[in-house]
Amino acid sequence: MQRRHVVQYGAAGVGAVALMLGVGWWRVDGPGAPKPAGQRPLPLSAMDFRLTDHEGNKVGPETLIGRPTMVFFGFTYCPEVCPTTLSDISGWLEDLGDDAARMNVVFITVDPERDTAEAMAEYVGYFHPAIRGWTGPEDQISRAVEAFRASYERVPTEGGDYTMNHTASVFLFDAKGELVTMIDYHEPREFAVPKIRRALTEDVEGAT
Amino acid sequence: MTKLTYINGLPLVLLLSGMSTPAFAGSEDVVVENAWSRASIGVNRPGAAYMTVRNTGEDTITLTGLTTPLAVMPQIHETKTNADGVSSMAPADEITIEPGQSVALEPGGLHAMLMKLQNPMIEGETFPLTLTFSDGGEVTVEVPILGIAARGPES
Repeated sequence: MQRRHVVQYGAAGVGAVALMLGVGWWRVDGPGAPKPAGQRPLPLSAMDFRLTDHEGNKVGPETLIGRPTMVFFGFTYCPEVCPTTLSDISGWLEDLGDDAARMNVVFITVDPERDTAEAMAEYVGYFHPAIRGWTGPEDQISRAVEAFRASYERVPTEGGDYTMNHTASVFLFDAKGELVTMIDYHEPREFAVPKIRRALTEDVEGAT
Repeated sequence: MTKLTYINGLPLVLLLSGMSTPAFAGSEDVVVENAWSRASIGVNRPGAAYMTVRNTGEDTITLTGLTTPLAVMPQIHETKTNADGVSSMAPADEITIEPGQSVALEPGGLHAMLMKLQNPMIEGETFPLTLTFSDGGEVTVEVPILGIAARGPES
């Protein structure tokens, strides 16, 4: 609960200025674009959280370093945004062809109560085989979300169930774990795929 | 503002059934096109359906609700993403469609949210979804169920 407040503080605290900067930043993502402190995800090497993947392996941010990485948050009881994001990503990965195999693609749930490793396994099985599903204890999920400077919130629904509001952007990191860029929810494929290729290229540049 | 209603190869399974009375002001001129939905995993997770609702008549129409034997609580919802990239979903207000206009229910925006599924949504099957309008009229469309990773009516 406390951590969630921190997350909300992080989102709210940057205030109107960050909002304005933020809009430009998400859209433009140019090298000259101002980057409000605290809103940019940490490098993967500075993150610390322990989760379990959909095959039961222990995973964390260090699992991702060494290959370019795509990370996004969601939950499997999500009827709209998540299947759309997952099918968009599956489409991007198809476009990338063999290059997709050089990437980590990770879907981290924000609803660990319902999304067990088994539930994640069943769900990701319907999408591109490169997509891994990560879940874990609530406090570790919260740490991960905070490190990505993302946010999530549980919202009760009319039927007595609940849904989750969450950051729907896709985060792209290079092989060293540095953020390359983000892909907004519903960004057209002609923008998304070149961004992913950039993460793959920076990997090559970083190695030479 | 060209919400074009592309007629593609998809057989337009538009069953404008049960429309025996012509006394309604507007809803008899509603055409529903390109309806589709994604398969569900079991019945515990809500489903979603998409379509284009076109008003071909001369009266403004208002879409007020949904019913379907597939789900206990079908509602029109809208997904919104704020400047911080956070997506949320909430029931949409009544949807008014001017003469000659159409409203698209599509991923990332308006959609028919199917809560409390009675049966799993199985790829290859269809289900009837009834749209109700403020003039008391109803339009029922047979919605094809596509794969869980479907991106549109043609995939």
